[in-house]
Amino acid sequence: MSATVLEGHGTAGVVGTRMLRREDPALLSGEARFVHDLVVPGALHMAVVRSPYAHARITSVDVSVALGMPGVVAALTGADLAGEWASPMPCAWPVTADMQSPEHLPVALREACYVGDAVAVVLAGSQAEAQDAAAAVAVDYEELPAAVDLEDAARDGVLAHLDAPSNRAYTWELIPDPEAVRRAFDDAAVTVKERYVQQRLIPAAMEPRGVCVVPQPFGGEYVVYSSTQIPHILRTMLGMTAGVPEERIRVIAPSVGGGFGSKLDVYAEELLCLALARRLRRPVRWSEERSEAAQATIHGRGQVQDIELAADADGRVKAVRVHLLADMGAYLQLVTPGVPILGAFLYHGTYDVPAYSFTCTGVFTNKTPTDAYRGAGRPEATYAIERAMDALARKLGMDPAELRRRNFIGADKFPYSSVAGLVFDSGDYEAALDKALGLVGYEALRQEQAQRRSDGATKLLGVGLSSYVEMCGLAPSRVLASLHYVAGGWETATVRMLPTGKVQVVTGATPHGQGHVTSWSMIVADKLGVPPDDVEVLHSDTGLSPLGLDTYGSRSLSVGGTAIALAADRLVDKARLLAAYRLEAAPEDLELSDGQFAVRGTPSTGIGIGTLAFEAFTAHDLPEGMEPNLEASATYDPTNFTFPFGTHVAVVEVDTETGRVDLVRYVGVDDCGNQINPLIVDGQVHGGIAQGVAQALYEEASYDERGNLLTTTLADYLVPAASDLPSFTLGRTVTPSPSNPLGVKGVGEAGTIASTPAVVNAVVDALSHLGVEDLEMPVTPERVWRSIGAAAPVPGGAR
Amino acid sequence: MRVTVTVNGTTETHDVEARMLLVQYLREVRGLTGTNIGCDTTSCGACTVLLDGESVKSCTLLAAQADGEEITTIEGMAAPDGTLHPIQEAFHQHHGLQCGFCTPGMVMAVASLLKEHPDPSEAEVREGLEGNLCRCTGYHNIVQAVLSAAHSGELVP
Repeated sequence: MSATVLEGHGTAGVVGTRMLRREDPALLSGEARFVHDLVVPGALHMAVVRSPYAHARITSVDVSVALGMPGVVAALTGADLAGEWASPMPCAWPVTADMQSPEHLPVALREACYVGDAVAVVLAGSQAEAQDAAAAVAVDYEELPAAVDLEDAARDGVLAHLDAPSNRAYTWELIPDPEAVRRAFDDAAVTVKERYVQQRLIPAAMEPRGVCVVPQPFGGEYVVYSSTQIPHILRTMLGMTAGVPEERIRVIAPSVGGGFGSKLDVYAEELLCLALARRLRRPVRWSEERSEAAQATIHGRGQVQDIELAADADGRVKAVRVHLLADMGAYLQLVTPGVPILGAFLYHGTYDVPAYSFTCTGVFTNKTPTDAYRGAGRPEATYAIERAMDALARKLGMDPAELRRRNFIGADKFPYSSVAGLVFDSGDYEAALDKALGLVGYEALRQEQAQRRSDGATKLLGVGLSSYVEMCGLAPSRVLASLHYVAGGWETATVRMLPTGKVQVVTGATPHGQGHVTSWSMIVADKLGVPPDDVEVLHSDTGLSPLGLDTYGSRSLSVGGTAIALAADRLVDKARLLAAYRLEAAPEDLELSDGQFAVRGTPSTGIGIGTLAFEAFTAHDLPEGMEPNLEASATYDPTNFTFPFGTHVAVVEVDTETGRVDLVRYVGVDDCGNQINPLIVDGQVHGGIAQGVAQALYEEASYDERGNLLTTTLADYLVPAASDLPSFTLGRTVTPSPSNPLGVKGVGEAGTIASTPAVVNAVVDALSHLGVEDLEMPVTPERVWRSIGAAAPVPGGAR
Repeated sequence: MRVTVTVNGTTETHDVEARMLLVQYLREVRGLTGTNIGCDTTSCGACTVLLDGESVKSCTLLAAQADGEEITTIEGMAAPDGTLHPIQEAFHQHHGLQCGFCTPGMVMAVASLLKEHPDPSEAEVREGLEGNLCRCTGYHNIVQAVLSAAHSGELVP
């Protein structure tokens, strides 16, 4: 596999190997600097006064006591700050022309719309002083009824915003042929109709957010340090929202401690630090506390999913009909409304389904805004179809693996034009399923399951499958335009050789744990024939890398990596011309091998690319018209999404006496196309699986009926620990993507997408003979235990 | 109040506020920012350091409680020439870190764990690291790293 990825160049042969990460030493030694670690003399610390009510009219805000407290420099209300904003906080994805978006200011003026909504800020010399003073800001609230339950909110029982005509943000439809759907359901031998709840999740990156804005004394520039995934998008949005000329903002994301989408946003605190640094001409910083993060950083998921399948008597699915209610929370953040739309095309999953209907209504509630969280729309879609497929298998009395096999899009059908309007690039879904079933020992597990049931065991075995396909590599700009996203989906790169033969790569992708420096240096090392350690990667700083669209949606490799590869190709092309001039040969007769250009067949008389870099730098003797230096740039706008896929299998033991679920084995077979570094691919899959398992079994952002978030700490919100998870068995198939020259697809979200339905399917599978058909997530021991008590055993113990 | 603390072999005396936490002392007074703060409820373990060789969450102790004690932080693990400690090296070899935010605390917790259980089973490793959360790795490679470090010898921090 590896050799073919970058064929035709000066292969040093590192692509495809498990090269250890170059990022590690700084992170392992404590040398790496996160925003919270920056030492900024004279910086003021900001504390935010937040609404304790889910919905309230703000009748007065009195900062006088706070202003008199030790160290306090300023205490400001929403009204004090209203003049700072050139526009309200941005939402970049108006999915429909009539989408409703309530005004969202960094500090609320008259109405607080969720617990955690900012109502005032305090600046002081230390964080402790700022927090003490924030507690002394006196806010009078008139509590209002809160729209908390999503389905109630959808009925407009209580309005989440006083001035809004309804809680509906938008309704979005994808129904290519309504008549075909109606016919398919009319003619169906079997139908299933399921309702699933995607609970709200707290992303819980281990590093809480942090911001520090340093105004430069001359020239009017602001350096914005932020724990963000999107320095480039942030720069543009900060400029537009705070009214600062974009070129005067330099955003730097230093080491960033995880994101998972939660740092793919433009947050009030970023805007506030910038505006306050401008107002006071001093550095202003803010460090989020964990309990603050639970409320003030976006949540993920939050959907009620109605899904129906129509199938013939053989189990062939003829139509999928889906209606979603999607919880926007109180406001639309950067891409909030688009999250369900990212799943809208994937509710038929890996199956060849001829008729399709999808509608989604986005609904406001008085809760923390939702936005993209690892997978963003695609885990929800995969969950619904994979759970529904198991429901169909039960109804048909068919093995769930066999049902999937019967419905897969065949390997011979790619590129596959889906009923939802996408063109799936490549795939072999059955190969991944077969490999996963082989690795887990499926037949033996089924026998053991039957044995335990017939023995009347109290620890039952369940096996859950999930076959997924996702759309990654966000995104072709024209497709984004058709979905009303306001920006493009390209990525840009520059590759340059320095006089000593060292290489710099400038990328617009922004890592926060994915190992980009390692992977990018591997790609360029192979292209140029230099050691990976000679390749420096410059990223996450708009001063070094002015253009870019950052990291989300498993786009970094397939879009950003492709841009890097193309730029490296262009650099090699130029070097080839210079080499030809030096060697007095025709460029097309030269080949680059191990960093040496030589006439094919006479490798001993070559010239090294490092030498060429120096000669291009001195520019003493270049071919007529050639510009000095070896440097090239490329911007890559993908022509299509990429479509990674795979099958995961979860094996659980369910204790019928306590309801406890033990995930005892887990197999994940993924196909992300060609792999640059399988070590990193494994790590991405491991972490993704853990996050998906967490949704299935452990995590939920719970609210009480008045809209108070009950899970504000890591003591209440159950991010799984090592003891809550097993080791994972991974396998891979390799079906290169034809959509980009690297043949890569992306893997950052695959584990999360696949694992949630696999685990819940496994628990239901363990209990299905007892009549259990559904379990709400997270599948807690209590829920399991109650479901066993409530269920009516299936006659004959059928699966 | 006045505290004298030995951190990574260097002893210093400072006046600190009585309410100052050990983690704040390490980060703000001693300038050792490798120890991270990930929560406010002693749940995440990002701030784990060694107090006289045993792991403690430095957000749970006051600086005053470390008076006269010896603390080892992540900055004290590698050799002076930069050679990684065998635990750090094992994390590197096994890709036991991604974003790296939990890593310093995780490494310190492992140091303490392996001191108590020099040859742990996988289950013992998982139980032993229960107090340290990681959001990136799913723990798989961390567990591999710990098992490998346990068998590499030379583990005394």
